[in-house]
Amino acid sequence: MNKKHNDEIENQMKLANESLPERERALFADERPSTVEAFNKYYEGFLNWARSRSLWMLAFGTGCGATELRPLMTSRYDMSRYGIAPRPTPRQASVFVIGGYASIKTIKRIVRSYEQMQGPKYVIALGSCTINGGMYFDSYNTINRLDYYIPVDVYIAGCMPRPEALIAGFNRLKEKIRAGECEGMNLYVEKFDWYKENQKQIIKDWNMPDYNW
Amino acid sequence: MSIWLKVLYAAISVSVATVYGLTLGGIVRKIYARVHGRFGPPVWQPFLDIIQTHSRRVAVSHGNMFLLGPVFRLAGGLGTYLFIPVIFGSALFSNFSMAGDLLLVMYFVFFGQLGMALGAGQGGHPYSPLGIARGLAQMSTFEVPFSLAVISVAIQYNSLNITSIVAAQQGSFLNWTLFTNPLAVVAAMISLLGMNMHSPFSIVLAPQEIPIGPPIEMNSSFLGILQTNRGLFAAAKLVLFMNLFFGGATNLLEMVAKTFFIYMFSVFVGAAYPRFRPEQSFRFFLKWPTIAGILSIIFIAYFGGTS
Repeated sequence: MNKKHNDEIENQMKLANESLPERERALFADERPSTVEAFNKYYEGFLNWARSRSLWMLAFGTGCGATELRPLMTSRYDMSRYGIAPRPTPRQASVFVIGGYASIKTIKRIVRSYEQMQGPKYVIALGSCTINGGMYFDSYNTINRLDYYIPVDVYIAGCMPRPEALIAGFNRLKEKIRAGECEGMNLYVEKFDWYKENQKQIIKDWNMPDYNW
Repeated sequence: MSIWLKVLYAAISVSVATVYGLTLGGIVRKIYARVHGRFGPPVWQPFLDIIQTHSRRVAVSHGNMFLLGPVFRLAGGLGTYLFIPVIFGSALFSNFSMAGDLLLVMYFVFFGQLGMALGAGQGGHPYSPLGIARGLAQMSTFEVPFSLAVISVAIQYNSLNITSIVAAQQGSFLNWTLFTNPLAVVAAMISLLGMNMHSPFSIVLAPQEIPIGPPIEMNSSFLGILQTNRGLFAAAKLVLFMNLFFGGATNLLEMVAKTFFIYMFSVFVGAAYPRFRPEQSFRFFLKWPTIAGILSIIFIAYFGGTS
């Protein structure tokens, strides 16, 4: 009886993947993401120190702000001396820089990429568009506030923020990581239903599983 | 010597080689940065990267072969290193060198890449098979001049034991294979460029158009193992080249100096030249280095070895 009851609860906890065609549902994961607690204080402190010294940025330019990421790699700004390196795949990246406005078409890719990143993962939102919509505040096809859809660790205001501002943002992110304040990964899991609701309100052609591990 | 003492020595030797290989990787990044006019990351950045990848809280696996991929790769690096005597005459750094170890080492150099191909294929990302196809094709082509050079060296010293090949080169620097059999060294050093996968032969990892190639789906600790292996394997290859062609080393300092300069050869070439396309790189390896390898065998077979 107890086992049956547990199974029922487990089935209810499974993701429905309703937007996928019936025959494809078995091909995709239907498990909800789960919280992963930090280690004990000192070990986690050491790991956070290493994480902050080796930030792997997902090289996915999501808006016009991505133009500001290119000079960062060049000899003029040279982000590699801060331990920041571009990484072409979300599987290996730890920082997601949202480059300015996120159109509805792009937010779908942003959600997919964010969920595929292996935690702890951090998000830097670049430009005013990610804070309140900026100059696209009344546009029909961009979102206004990014942290309704994915948890954001650091905002960099401006239109456009210069590469120096971006480096300052990275340094702020490092401080937050070292202080153990960047738990966006677990926040996303705790408020999973809320985030999904918001995402699905915006993304009308939701033809992907509910959680893209 | 008891086998347990040997295992202990081998463990020390492997740790030293890994740390050395990773530090070398950091220095190389710094050199590339200086060539670009940048400051570049600190020398210890590879260590931080490894801690960071291992510190991820979750990891995605795509199946059993995917799990085994990085293990095979590390086994390839370990196997290569463990059968090479690192320092001539030192018990601590002689590893498990034995008669015929050159054959085993030749096998292990290519073993890791095959295992990686099996593992990365299961990742399911279209870029991994693309990287693997390029990697294996390039591997088969640079293997040709390298094998010819090794055959030439084996004929020259009449031995397949790395220790005795090193022993035959002792005395004066004029006894090094570099001076007694220069054509073999030319063939091998060019194939080293392909092995280290710096530009012009970096098409396998191709950071721009097929992002990072085979390991694209590798994440968290899987990637950490691959990075550790990159350090160990780099050190193993350099020590092998030092032993076969540059007279080996009688102390740690000599080893570090020689392997550093051998590595710098491919780094300088990499910093100066743009990348070949796959078919250009395959054709290149099958042309001049292969001819040099064949000529070196004819030369050595005709004029005889030194011993």
